[in-house]
Amino acid sequence: MKRPRAVTRVLPLAPALVLLLLFLAGPIAYCVCIAFTDLQLTGQAHSSFVGLANFRRALSDDAFLNAVWLTLVFTVLSALVGQNTLGLALAALMKRASKPVRTLVGGIVVTAWVLPEVVAGFLLYAFFRREGTLNAILDWLGLPRQNWLFTLPILAVSFANVWRGTAFSMLVYSAALDEIPAEITEAAEVDGAGGWRRLWHITLPMIRRSIGTNLMLNTLQTLSVFGLIWVMTRGGPGDRSQTLPLFMYEQAFQNSMIGYGTAVALLLLLVGSLFSVVYLRLLRTEV
Amino acid sequence: MPRKRASRRLAADVSLLAVAVAFALPLAWVLLSAVDPHAGLRVKVPDGFTLDGFRAILTPDITYTPLLNSLILCGGGTALTVVCAALAAYPLSRFRSRLNRPFLLTILFATGLPITAIMVPVYALFVRVNLIDTLHGTMFFFAASQLPFAIWLMKNFMDGVPRELEEAAWTDGASAPQSLVRIVLPLMGPGIAVVTVFSFVMMWGNFFVPFMLLLTPDQLPASVSINDFFGNRGMVAYGQLAAFSVIYSTPVILLYVLVARRLGGGFALGGAVKG
Repeated sequence: MKRPRAVTRVLPLAPALVLLLLFLAGPIAYCVCIAFTDLQLTGQAHSSFVGLANFRRALSDDAFLNAVWLTLVFTVLSALVGQNTLGLALAALMKRASKPVRTLVGGIVVTAWVLPEVVAGFLLYAFFRREGTLNAILDWLGLPRQNWLFTLPILAVSFANVWRGTAFSMLVYSAALDEIPAEITEAAEVDGAGGWRRLWHITLPMIRRSIGTNLMLNTLQTLSVFGLIWVMTRGGPGDRSQTLPLFMYEQAFQNSMIGYGTAVALLLLLVGSLFSVVYLRLLRTEV
Repeated sequence: MPRKRASRRLAADVSLLAVAVAFALPLAWVLLSAVDPHAGLRVKVPDGFTLDGFRAILTPDITYTPLLNSLILCGGGTALTVVCAALAAYPLSRFRSRLNRPFLLTILFATGLPITAIMVPVYALFVRVNLIDTLHGTMFFFAASQLPFAIWLMKNFMDGVPRELEEAAWTDGASAPQSLVRIVLPLMGPGIAVVTVFSFVMMWGNFFVPFMLLLTPDQLPASVSINDFFGNRGMVAYGQLAAFSVIYSTPVILLYVLVARRLGGGFALGGAVKG
């Protein structure tokens, strides 16, 4: 039998490796380099090494701390609480629901997920605007209306992210719930365990790995949301929905400080890497 | 027991439908506004039916050029991704090596990195090497950013093709590249379809990458040019914006349906991501 030679073993990896090294590893390395310089958008020639100045500056910059806080609120509200809980609830309800309802609801929720990010942004911009659908419903119910994008912009964009991202959690949890053997739930039911106790003592422990994976992936996806917020509020009014990606963009391009913007980018990348490592550990047995 | 089950099903149906209405409202807005002669920002029954919105935007400037740009950009990027991923997945799936595990772990790690965060340095780098504002530069970056996940998926699908078939081909004198093209790839058709559609959908909807890397208006894909409805054309024509959104979104929805059908249910991608 002819065995493939060493060349055949390595050569097919080459195109992918070249692309990854040039366009992914390269920019990351470059990111580390220019985060320690005062590179500006205008003059390439005048950048010089400034050590940790960019990072020190960030820590004493109120706008940066504001962006960190808003990113935290945005991530906790929309990824950890919103997408995750709603996704699990939808998956659990779908297991009990009748087939036509399941198909309909699944279709609508997944459509929101598949839509291009900018389109989703426009749809929710229209929904939350002063003249938009949400206020029309509140009027109809006799409740006070709000200019949502002005009074509670971070809440509006968080809801937008829930609308757009819940389908992913729903799909992950549907697959996970399907793997729980029916006998176990039935046995608990016969023993008289109520719905909440079954959820707490049986369902959640059995899908804990999926929960971990899902939380990580939701967080990573939410950390890099840019287009959705950009379209809905541009980070405003003022800086009241300016999460880290929007802050980074503003510093680099509106204020022409590529070095400072990149330092912020590097911090974001580090946080992302941290979550990515946790995600890897959760998957460890599967590789 | 059966009665209890039936009432439980009813409760589930009702709560699901309530959630569905909330999710459907923004979608209803875009569909209704696209054909409403007096489209505004809220969901309402159209007072009349018109295709003027579509007629107004179906011009080379507003629709055809951006969509063609999207197609070139995402088609090229996807082709590059799929070919590189299929090639890379082959040795990872077929040959044992001490480097496989660290390589796969790195790949998996890279799937988690927030690409948004590296766009500022990518911009700076592209300015330096003269790739800024070029379609091919953006295409290469798209492919690189999608590759980690594509390789990971492709490798898992390839693991599902039994080795024995290939070993039989080797005995008959086929080389490794031949057996990859003639035996392995045809057997993993659905897997390749998933990787292709997934990569394409991700690129088609991506806003930030072309927003940063492309500058010339004629080169902008639909994801970026759609913002002109707000900025440059004065008063926002919501009917036109909605009509454009419908046209721009339809291809990816159709593609998703196609793949979901083929793999028996919409849960394929979720399952693939999980494992």
